[in-house]
Amino acid sequence: MVFDATAGFPESRRRSLVDRVTRQAEPYLYTAPALILIVTIMLAPLVLGLSYAFRDVHLLNPFSGGYVGLDHFRTLYDDDNFYRALRNTLWWTGASVLLQFVFGLILALLLDRPFAGRAIAQALVFLPWAVPTFLTGLNWAWLFNPVIGPLPHWLYALGLMNEPANILSNPQLAMWGPIIANVWWGIPFFAITLLAALQAIPRDLYEAAAIDGAGAFRRFTSITLPFLAPTIAITVLLRTVWISNFADLIIVMTSGGPADRTQIVASYIFTQAFRALDFGYASAIALVLLVLLLAYSMLIVMLRQVLMDRA
Amino acid sequence: MNSYSTFGTALHRLAILCYVLFALFPLFWLLKVSVTPNDLLYSEGVRMWPSRMSFEHFRFVLAHSAFPVFFRNSMIVAGATAVIVTLLASLSGYALSRFTFRGKYWLVALMLLTQMFPLVMLVAPIFKMLSPLGLTNSLTGLVVVYTAFNIPFATFLMQSFFDGIPKELEEAAKIDGATQFMAFRQIVLPLTLPGIAATLGFVFTAAWSELLFALMLISGNSAATFPVGLLTFVSKFSVDFGQMMAAGVLALIPACLFFLFIQRYLVQGLTAGAVKG
Repeated sequence: MVFDATAGFPESRRRSLVDRVTRQAEPYLYTAPALILIVTIMLAPLVLGLSYAFRDVHLLNPFSGGYVGLDHFRTLYDDDNFYRALRNTLWWTGASVLLQFVFGLILALLLDRPFAGRAIAQALVFLPWAVPTFLTGLNWAWLFNPVIGPLPHWLYALGLMNEPANILSNPQLAMWGPIIANVWWGIPFFAITLLAALQAIPRDLYEAAAIDGAGAFRRFTSITLPFLAPTIAITVLLRTVWISNFADLIIVMTSGGPADRTQIVASYIFTQAFRALDFGYASAIALVLLVLLLAYSMLIVMLRQVLMDRA
Repeated sequence: MNSYSTFGTALHRLAILCYVLFALFPLFWLLKVSVTPNDLLYSEGVRMWPSRMSFEHFRFVLAHSAFPVFFRNSMIVAGATAVIVTLLASLSGYALSRFTFRGKYWLVALMLLTQMFPLVMLVAPIFKMLSPLGLTNSLTGLVVVYTAFNIPFATFLMQSFFDGIPKELEEAAKIDGATQFMAFRQIVLPLTLPGIAATLGFVFTAAWSELLFALMLISGNSAATFPVGLLTFVSKFSVDFGQMMAAGVLALIPACLFFLFIQRYLVQGLTAGAVKG
């Protein structure tokens, strides 16, 4: 590559001032397009949405839009569906994150060891992550459907079910449908992140430990886990927030039913906005969800601070 | 250190096999039903492969339904989003990687914030904002929205790739008289091609899969993306499993191709970032 050797050197004071201004402005020019988009398409609607929480906004009613104060929050306070959605969110998030993490960690440990065909095995086990979520939802809904899918028949054959029925229409079990679909789809994310962290651990540490007589389990608890801990903490924290907001699978598989047993807060917001077209109430619920998530994140940050101070 | 027993090795391979089967089975079943002729669909319910294969469902979906239109719409939306996001994110990622500037902290904080709050909150206000601009029921509207949603993550991703490239290369070029932008374009970008490919793949897959905003913003078939089309199809013709699954297989193709293309960069790219950090 050949560059004009004189281009970088100022020829006059004027030129050098221009240069300095350009250099000062350069990072802002690089970031401006991204910043403008984020502010107009994410921040502005966020603020607008917060204002809807205190207004009566119905899509089909042109006369709506008036200020209603805390009315939405009073309705919300007595809304049993909301409390059920809150409980369901905890259950959905807790089970999904835990199962994804455990199976993702095991997969990462399995893939960290060299073996013939590792590249192809890795490509295949990571594949579910590329499957669009709406298709993941539909695919699992079909697998659970006794007309077309094998799962109910297998569960029946194993004696786990009295008859080959669809668990998605059983209020007691329905939540397991989206959770299983979510675990299938989300294992690769944890596995990819943890595998990357595993491969960054210096190999000679293991050799030194082995020479000192540490067994496989000891090496895992004294080397692998401490090295992985920061990655695990940040991934689990981010995933928890993300999954508690992740409504796609539920909307596709059950639409929150049967009898609202799978309705989580995020899908409840979407249902209020999309089906009831009640933008005001949807935004009020969203505001409460946002506050809860912020509280959760603060708690984690504080917890981390306490743990770090002690260490 | 590799003193694993034969038993351990067998267990390891068995566990890998279980994971592969679990990952592939749902997709296999999708494919199986899509090639099962209608008359065998119920009589051979849980058989692993139909006694007779047929592509009638694919022929019907491609010739007599709106799926080719949905497919084209999704291609346009996901493709345009991926290209624009990668372009803008490589600029902003480069700024985060190489410059210290006033307000950088706030920019990063803002981008992190967008990753934390529930996007479902924005469904209603975005609809209200876009509808007077004529951007509801339009592919352009979807591209704008998806671009904004994907930029923060793509910026961090690109930043991690840039961080892995030694600064000395650009400094040498600048001594030779290149401007920072020339050094960026001619030296750094070509070295980040794997990162660019990964970012393209990530964003394409995300835009291809997005459901909630597409459902809210699009009504009617002409601008429907694949998720919206498939869901409408499912609720309208809920008995025709063969056709639905054939459509599902078609929706899977571009996402999987992209993924197989980029997956080898995933761990590699993340590792490079991790080692350096």
